[in-house]
Formats: sequence, structure tokens, C-alpha cells
Amino acid sequence: MTPDVRNTQAEHTLEFPGGYTRSTGPVIGRFLTELRDGRLVGVRTAAGRTLVPPLEYDPETGDAVTGEFVEVGPAGTVESWAWVSSPHAGHPLDRPFAWALIRLDGADTALVHAVDAGDAKAMRPGMRVRPRWRAERAGHVTDIESFVPDVTMIISKVRTEYRVKPGLSLARFLEGVAEGVLVGCRCGSCGKVYVPYRLSCPECGVAVTEEVTLPDTGTVTTFAINNLPDPRAPEVPFVSAYILLDGADIPLIALVGGVPAHEVRQGMRVRAVWVPEEERTPSMSNIKWFAPTGEPDVEL
Amino acid sequence: MRQVAVVAFAQTRHSADDEGLSEPEMILPVLDEVRERTGLRRFGFTCSGSCDYLAGAPFSFVSALDALGAWPPISESHVEMDAAWALYEAWVRLQHGDVDSALVYGFGKSSQGDLREIMTLQLDPYYLAPLGLDQVSFAALQAHAAGADRAALDGIVWRSRRDGRANPYALDLPDPEGEEPEVGPLRPYDIAPITDGAAAVVLAAGDLAWELCERPAWISGIAHRIEPHYLGMRDLARSASAADAARAAGVGKGHVDVAELHAQFSHEEIILREALELPDGTAVNPSGGPLAANPVMATGLIRIGEAARRILDGTAGRTVAHAASGPCLQHNLVTVMEGQS
Ligand SMILES: [Zn+2]
Repeated sequence: MTPDVRNTQAEHTLEFPGGYTRSTGPVIGRFLTELRDGRLVGVRTAAGRTLVPPLEYDPETGDAVTGEFVEVGPAGTVESWAWVSSPHAGHPLDRPFAWALIRLDGADTALVHAVDAGDAKAMRPGMRVRPRWRAERAGHVTDIESFVPDVTMIISKVRTEYRVKPGLSLARFLEGVAEGVLVGCRCGSCGKVYVPYRLSCPECGVAVTEEVTLPDTGTVTTFAINNLPDPRAPEVPFVSAYILLDGADIPLIALVGGVPAHEVRQGMRVRAVWVPEEERTPSMSNIKWFAPTGEPDVEL
Repeated sequence: MRQVAVVAFAQTRHSADDEGLSEPEMILPVLDEVRERTGLRRFGFTCSGSCDYLAGAPFSFVSALDALGAWPPISESHVEMDAAWALYEAWVRLQHGDVDSALVYGFGKSSQGDLREIMTLQLDPYYLAPLGLDQVSFAALQAHAAGADRAALDGIVWRSRRDGRANPYALDLPDPEGEEPEVGPLRPYDIAPITDGAAAVVLAAGDLAWELCERPAWISGIAHRIEPHYLGMRDLARSASAADAARAAGVGKGHVDVAELHAQFSHEEIILREALELPDGTAVNPSGGPLAANPVMATGLIRIGEAARRILDGTAGRTVAHAASGPCLQHNLVTVMEGQS
């Protein structure tokens, strides 16, 4: 059988082995020489503008530039940019970056280079950047590996450890929770029932003495759907709600579960879901969450 | 000024893939078509436009002469640019007055290599090319500088692809949807497709034009202007050179029925409309334009051919063709054509 020659394909590479030698001339050569020394310079035109990078001619008039070089930068301002999300082999960075037109301080024209900003959202007009130099410089425009944003923010880490005790009233409440009951109290002055248990009435400012045991059923008075993960919640989204326990005058904050988040509503009747008896500790994690009882909603 | 007209135009049915034709094989049918249409076998001058970097071989345009029949020797020239500039050279040559006809053609197989890498090679070798700044990246810089509106860009792409589907020579591209930015803000569909193809135009001067065709597309103005090559020395949001060329060619001296613009990225159409001061009533790129077929080095000549065709077939009275070269519309050629009864 004769092979189908029309489908024959050959690989073909164009290359100048060792690279293409180019003379730089006195203007571009000066810029690249200064670059090798870690300095940025521009060239003055007869009209007094500073071109960065220097060209041999004034782009406005076509006339030769003057022989005057001035140091510029190293910081500059981003005028415009394009975001590269998938860098190519020939690009200066192997992670997403921006191409930018950067007007170095003291320059009248913009330099094109890469900005290593991490995220496209970090880019904005007027952004201040400065060069990140390569350790080994050769007098090449890539002696600047990229520009990086000016420091405008720092992260200060804060972490310190404490040993906390619950106090008398909370200890009493958690003692109850460990046994599967919710302990509250009634104010002898105004008659309001508080849960968790407390030692004084915040309204009357008097000590309360009567302890009451509340049922673990109640009504959702308001709630929030949380879309950010929380170590205390089983999954995302989760619902945290104010639950007015039957017989209480102020609600308790707790998770609502066993129901899709969007089905939770004000007035919904719920009951605590306790962890098995053998797993109980004096902690609110004894209550997994409150789940709907299936009773009709309550008018609030 | 000697009156010169486009009297014939032909183009290949462009292809998104390498169909296995060598360059002379691709060119021959379009040359045959314009030779047949004009009845001319010999031309006073011949000029072509192509780019050796597309084939990766030096003097690759020479082999294309195989399709010409260049013996006995002919008067021939080549530009390493889009063939729109070959047409400009031919127009200048016809101004000399000693020859009356010219054949212009351009071709490119951009499927053979990586066009983005190849276009990097055209950049300033000191400051830009070493960064690996590629074609899509520098176009994206311009799109951002121009503050192009997403909805406007999408509208341009939709219209171009729809018109391209109605043009038997352009590519059959679907309506775009749901693509992530290639280099933000440009999306893959904002970028002209990789295309292989060729085109040919015959120019004739004075009486010869009337002999060769019923309704020649007379070139009433043609001019090109260029800006500094370095991107940071220009206002990328505008094309000052396109505006200058348009003024010099006299775009604004009459109504414009059709404008064919060499916009290889959707935002370039917005910049060019403004530079050429095109009125709302002008049909822009009814052929689908470069966003529907972009045979590099022939695309600009095709704009002239498409704009001329509408005068040749009597559907337009005055048209404008634009061709661009260099990064971010650095160099612009504007041609105004008119029919005379
Ligand atoms: Zn009280």
C-alpha cells in the first residue's frame, strides 16, 4: 500500500544558534549598561521630555535625542495593564502576572514590563510599583525580573493563649447540659425567665435565686444562613438561629439542622438534638443542633 | 495624479487548518481567477506581500513566483508586509506613467507555526521581544488602555462571525459563548482566528481600467502613516496614525457606504471607527472582516478587495479599506475607492 503522502508532515524549527548578535548603539547601550548596575535612566529630547526606555529619536518629531541621560525611578506608576492568566513559555514569569505600561518617576513615557501582582484584582490604575532586580545582571531588559507592587499593607499576626473558667452561673448551666437539661432562672422582681442560668437580672439589677429547668423545645425567632465554613458547624451553608425555648423570655443562640437551610423560617418549632448519653460533656457541643419538630409554625 | 482603479479581486476559500497546499499551490487559483477576469496574462508590474517568518524559511516568497510565470523576466517586487502595502507600491509604480497594469497578491499560512510567537519576533529586539511580549498580550494592553466595553466587543464579534458565515470565503465560526479571558480583558473570541489563505488584485490606470471592467473601483485617495514602535511612547487608546492616514486619503470628503477594517482584535474596530470618523450609517466589515478570516499578510489586501468588490458589482458608490501593520495598530494604510458612471 502506498502511504498517503499528502498527510505527511515534518517538524521544522527556525533558530539562530547562540542567539542573534545586535549592536546596541550609544543610547540603548547606555540604558542597558545602567540597568546592569541596577539603575534606570532616561534620555532627554530637545523639547525637554525624558524618554524611558531611551530611543535614539524623539517619537514626537523624529529628531535625534540629546546626549543627556537622567536617572529615573526606580518606582513608577501603572498606567494600564493586561492580565495573563496562563503564562507562555517565553513569558518572564511562570505564574499569572500582568503586562503593564509603567511610567517611572521622572519619565514622560511608559515602560512596558511585567508586574508580579499575584492576582488580577490587585491591579489598579495609579498602582505604584518598583523593579525586582535579578541577582545576576547582564545588561538586558530582563535584568528586571518583573515589577512588584509597592508595600501598602502588612499582615500582623496576633495569637495569644488564655485559660478561662466559666464562672458560677455558666458552670451551673453546663452542669445541666452535661445531664441533658437546660437550666434557666426566674427573676423574683420582674418575673422574667432567663436561659442560660444567671445570677442577676440585667433589667432589675437584683440577684436571682429561683432556678428553673426549661424544656429543650422552642421556636425560631430569627436566623441567618452562613456560607463561610466554621469549625463549630457541620457543613456549609449552615443556619444559626435565635431559639426562644418554651417558657423562656429571651432566646438562646444555636444551630438549626436536619433541614435544608432555605427551608428554615421564623416561627418554626424546633427541638434540641442531643449527642448520645455516653458522649456527653459539660459543653454546648452536647447539643448537635435544633431540628424541626414538624409541629405547625407559631405566630410570633 | 494618475487615475488608478481596482479592476479585479479574487481570494481563496480560507481555511483554519493547513490543507496541505504549498504556497504557490494556494496562490495559483486566485492568480488564474484575476487573469481570467481581466483577460491579462502579463502585467506592467507585479508586487506581492508575505512574511518569511510564517513559513520559517528565508526568501520563501521567491518560491511563490512559480505561480506567476516569470519568464521572460517580469518587473517584480515584494514587501515583507501585508500585501495592502504591495498594492500601495504598485499604485506608486503606476503613477510613473510608463505601465498601465499591475498584479498584486498576498498570502500566508499562519497555521504552520505559533503566530503569537512569530509576532513577538516583529517587536523591538532590545526592550520588548526579550520580555516575550506576545501578540495577544500587547493587544490586551491596548484593549485595556482603550477601556473597551465588554458588551460592545461582544457585539462586534457576534456581527463579524454572523457576516463571516454568510461569506463563502470566510471561516464558518459559531456564535461565541462562555470563554474565559485569554489575556484579560481579551477573550479567545476577541482574537482573529488562525487562517491560511491568499488574495490577488489587479490595478489598472486610466483607459485600460475602462477596457478591463464595466465599473472600476477608482482609488480616489490612498495614504499610510506610522507611529513610534514602542508601546509606551504612544496613546494606545487611540490611533493617531490611522486618523492621519484617513485625513490624507480624504475619507471624510464624502459618505462612506462600506468600510472594511483590518481589525484583528475586536477592540481595534472601536479605535478605528473613531480614527476614521466613520458615520453610523457605514456598514463596517460586511465580509465578516478579520475576526471571521485572517490570512495574515493577505488580510489587509482582502479589505481593499472586499471594499472594491462592492463598487465593481454596483452595490456601493464609495468605500473605504483599511490595513494595519505592527503592534497595536502602529502603521495604518487607508484607501478610498469610488465608482464613476
Ligand atoms: Zn428582673
